[in-house]
Amino acid sequence: MSTDTENTPWMKPRSGDFTTKKVERPTRDFEVQSYLPAVTKGLVQTMGAFFKNTKEMILGQKKDPVIESLSWGITTISYPEEKRPYTDRFRGLHRLTIRDDGSPRCVACLCCSTACPAQCIHIEAGEYSEGDPRRGYERYPAKFVIDELRCIFCGFCVEACPCDAIRMDTGLHAVPYDSREQFIYGKDLLMGMTGRDGSRLTENPRHEPGDPDHPGIDRERAH
Amino acid sequence: MEPLDQDLEEGELEMPADPMMLNMGPSHPAMHGTVRIVVELSGETITKADVQIGYLHRGFEKMCERGNWNQCYPCVDRLNYVSPMLNNVGFSLAVEKMLGVTVPERTQYYRVALGELARICDHLTCNGAMAMELGAFTPFLWYVRAREMIWDIFEEETGARVTHSFGRVGGMAKPPTAYFKDVVRATIPRVLAVLTESEGLLLKNRIFLDRLENVGKVSKEVALDLGWTGPTLRSTGVPYDVRRAHPYLVYDRFEFDIPVGTTGDNFDRFMCRQEEIRQSARILEQCLDQMPDDGPINIDDPRVVLPPKEEVYSTIEGTIQHFKIVMEGIKVPAGEVYSYTEGGNGELGFYLVSDGSGTPHRVRIRPPCFAITQALERMIVGAMIPDIVPTFGSLNMIGGECDH
Repeated sequence: MSTDTENTPWMKPRSGDFTTKKVERPTRDFEVQSYLPAVTKGLVQTMGAFFKNTKEMILGQKKDPVIESLSWGITTISYPEEKRPYTDRFRGLHRLTIRDDGSPRCVACLCCSTACPAQCIHIEAGEYSEGDPRRGYERYPAKFVIDELRCIFCGFCVEACPCDAIRMDTGLHAVPYDSREQFIYGKDLLMGMTGRDGSRLTENPRHEPGDPDHPGIDRERAH
Repeated sequence: MEPLDQDLEEGELEMPADPMMLNMGPSHPAMHGTVRIVVELSGETITKADVQIGYLHRGFEKMCERGNWNQCYPCVDRLNYVSPMLNNVGFSLAVEKMLGVTVPERTQYYRVALGELARICDHLTCNGAMAMELGAFTPFLWYVRAREMIWDIFEEETGARVTHSFGRVGGMAKPPTAYFKDVVRATIPRVLAVLTESEGLLLKNRIFLDRLENVGKVSKEVALDLGWTGPTLRSTGVPYDVRRAHPYLVYDRFEFDIPVGTTGDNFDRFMCRQEEIRQSARILEQCLDQMPDDGPINIDDPRVVLPPKEEVYSTIEGTIQHFKIVMEGIKVPAGEVYSYTEGGNGELGFYLVSDGSGTPHRVRIRPPCFAITQALERMIVGAMIPDIVPTFGSLNMIGGECDH
């Protein structure tokens, strides 16, 4: 780590001259003091917007709240009939990606539950049974529970996952349920969620022993 | 029927002489961020005031000591929840100062751009809420409409509208989107147009002016004594801006004016914020012009920054490096550091102590509005009850930040 502090962002030399700008003080001329002209002008301004918006609403010319979000006029979205699309980077409900054979991609390394600032992920790792080609190479999540009420949707779990097993790209937000238990998402539910493109598969290219496309090099059959 | 006043003695018509105690808050529409003001009244004049903060204390500093350095970001987000990105930037700079690393130029510009957008949000909210509390509801809705445009940008960039958690030690979580510059360039004129139009409704309105002008005056000396910073200090006439006095990131490359007031009353504070939005727009314009389109976003140090995902998936070195950072955290060298940036309300300082492990030993924040709120008592004593509302509103006290 460099010790050069000359040009670091926090050790810049104090800038010599800067320009200041005096802010305006209110003008107390006749227009302001007599109150009515200014208020009339204000009313013209607001009523103009009111009539324009009403006209657009009645004639069905309401601006599209998403595409024309920067234009004047009503941009109210009548949820849930109209929905705002979420952005690509939107962090929504979690999902667990799966491999080609339908098993979870997760190897129960506990990275996500360590990185979670809200401690909302609970994982119990399970060992593959004797004879399974994956035994000794990786484990699987016997239990994978996310408490969506505790979750603060920071996305640290996705960043911490070393094998693209957990993602937040479902494009769904947490919906209200009747009871707290329904917010506790288990492994099956998380695996059943699809990404916005409908995919459930992982993009992690790594192939583990036991996968059909694994080159076949493992402890028993080395090179 | 007899006239009512027939039997009344002269003395019975007078008001009771005992002072009246009145609680404002903690849950009061004008007391944003849950603060309680106990005022003693003589008639409608305030003779004594007791400002009680702490209703939003969440133990942020202690929470930060639990995880590793990067896990502080969600907590930092929730300090000044009106401009979370400025807190992210401030905290990143503090940890990087301790590490002795400098983020790439592109990230510095990116941080400036996001920070200035957050500053605009902050000032829009403060001024809008202040106008609303004085009965001007339309400008508030317009301001919030403008703020919404900026929050849409934030959602595009970070994935969340308010709780971004976007800063990282040694860079940012993600590079700017391809259309970042275009979106900002398209949005800023709209925001400024809203600003101008709302000013048309407010600045000639006598009701609004009467409640702001010469109310809640603070002199230069008192403001400096109390440790004021930010727009509230500048409104008293002191041209102190951390971005100019101690430039960090790339602020020394931009041209902008420091708006200063003359009297330090509510009106000056309002106008300083209005002007700062315009100056922020100027900075943004220059920043976007100078910002490089490609280049690294994170520093190249495997001890600080997570490796790219492809490496983690396919190489053992990447996986090990990834696990070291996630499981043990960034090993920040032992020592202590004070780093300060210009937040939405003023000088946002972080005093960090590290013991060399991956966990912060102590995270202390210097919230700008803590110093500003302590002046409220002397500002409202002698004034009337209705003066509390604009005075308190113009201080822009944010509970999450003030109560640590």
